[in-house]
Amino acid sequence: MEWLNTFIKSYPVFLKGMWLTFELTAVAIFIGIFIGLFFAFLKISNIKILEWIADTYIFLIRGTPLVVQIFVFYYGLTSLNISQFLAVVLGLAFHNGAYIAEIFRGTIQSIDKGQMEAARSLGMNLKLTYRRIILPQALRRAMAPLGNQFIIALKDSSLAAFIGMYELFNVATTYGSNTFDYMTYLLVVAVYYLFLVLVFSILVRYVEKRLAVSD
Amino acid sequence: MGKSVMIKVEKLNKTFGDLHVLKDIDMTVNESDVVCVIGASGSGKSTLLRCLNFLEVKDSGTIYIGGEKVERETHDLNEIRTRVGMVFQHFHLFPHMTVIENIMEAPINVKKIPKDQAYKEAKGLLVKVGLSDKESVYPGKLSGGQKQRVAIARALAMKPDVMLFDEPTSALDPELVGEVLVTMKELALEGMTMIVVTHEIGFAKEVANGVVYMHDGRIVEVGHPKKIFEQPTEQRTKDFLDSVL
Ligand SMILES: Nc1ncnc2c1ncn2[C@@H]1O[C@H](COP(=O)(O)OP(=O)(O)OP(=O)(O)O)[C@@H](O)[C@H]1O
Ligand SMILES: [Mg+2]
Repeated sequence: MEWLNTFIKSYPVFLKGMWLTFELTAVAIFIGIFIGLFFAFLKISNIKILEWIADTYIFLIRGTPLVVQIFVFYYGLTSLNISQFLAVVLGLAFHNGAYIAEIFRGTIQSIDKGQMEAARSLGMNLKLTYRRIILPQALRRAMAPLGNQFIIALKDSSLAAFIGMYELFNVATTYGSNTFDYMTYLLVVAVYYLFLVLVFSILVRYVEKRLAVSD
Repeated sequence: MGKSVMIKVEKLNKTFGDLHVLKDIDMTVNESDVVCVIGASGSGKSTLLRCLNFLEVKDSGTIYIGGEKVERETHDLNEIRTRVGMVFQHFHLFPHMTVIENIMEAPINVKKIPKDQAYKEAKGLLVKVGLSDKESVYPGKLSGGQKQRVAIARALAMKPDVMLFDEPTSALDPELVGEVLVTMKELALEGMTMIVVTHEIGFAKEVANGVVYMHDGRIVEVGHPKKIFEQPTEQRTKDFLDSVL
């Protein structure tokens, strides 16, 4: 039970790493949701130039590796005296924002056209209709795919190790290289990731359930 | 007899691309009139109603609501729509809101009526459509007939001058049609001005004081229900009635 020993002995540092991983992911997702909503609205705006801006953004994000994006944000933003943490968070946020935008666009467009018409026929303006009628329903539908995206984001945050953030993955590889026992520490870190993913899944399911009560 | 004109349409035209859907529609509906619009599928009935509520942008022609010439450019269409209620074939209730919330939504957020007053009025409307026990139920739990009655209450909550009904009973199981027609009849008896697209000839005969027959984007024949159903002038009206009766 060598492995268990290592697991227990190393837990203070790994917990710290896990906390950083959690922070990175949570803040990135939070910002990513707003970015996603913003670009989703550009895409459904029916205004060519706005659609084009959204398409370009999504194309760039989807067409390049996340690790490249993280480095671009890291070098770009830290040179403007923005903290390393914020730079990585923004990198992750803009990355996830593109995928979240597609999720929102899809669920917004999946809402029956009759909902828009019924609301407008009551005299509700476009903004009110989105805020009160379309978005609440679209967000509900988005919960499952968003949950997926959150889990992907959580695991993707490991790439922050490449710019020296001391998050979970970095902790594991640092310990691994110090002890030449990579395998043990990688298995240890896998447990932490599994735990985080589990917590995220439960959270998402809980929110989903609460929202679904009304349907 | 001093009845004022509620809706007047002059030379209304509407196209979808190459498809000319409404052709020179002229129509007048007086206060407290109940006008039924009949016609084959695709003849433009829904499009006509949607133009009257400005959900569709007309190509040309003039629409007067309550004597006022309404134009997209000069009018707040949201305000106009609060005066023209609409009931849809497929109800389109808001599924994430309870019945009472559905009814209160627009009065509170559009008319800025205080919540407790909106609630009181909404309850009154639920009594009126016979659903006072469904206040806190979500639409998903209602039958089609109940949904449509809630939709009627929701439209009435804005205190419209006119109500437009687009095949309000077509999506219902036969045994649920009656309850919705009863609600509509009561509304007519109260003096509500109504334009009803329907295939319910019985309702038209009993409640309407005018029938409009549409064919291929045109109003082919207009008249009292008795005349249209019993002695239509136009051969096309005759053929249509033979096919639906
Ligand atoms: N948004 C649209 N885009 C293109 N064509 C449309 C649109 N809405 C309606 N049409 C066409 O316009 C014509 C008239 O449609 P409309 O829905 O007004 O007919 P209707 O008389 O209500 O028919 P139904 O009895 O089937 O409801 C149809 O040929 C329809 O296909
Ligand atoms: Mg129709």
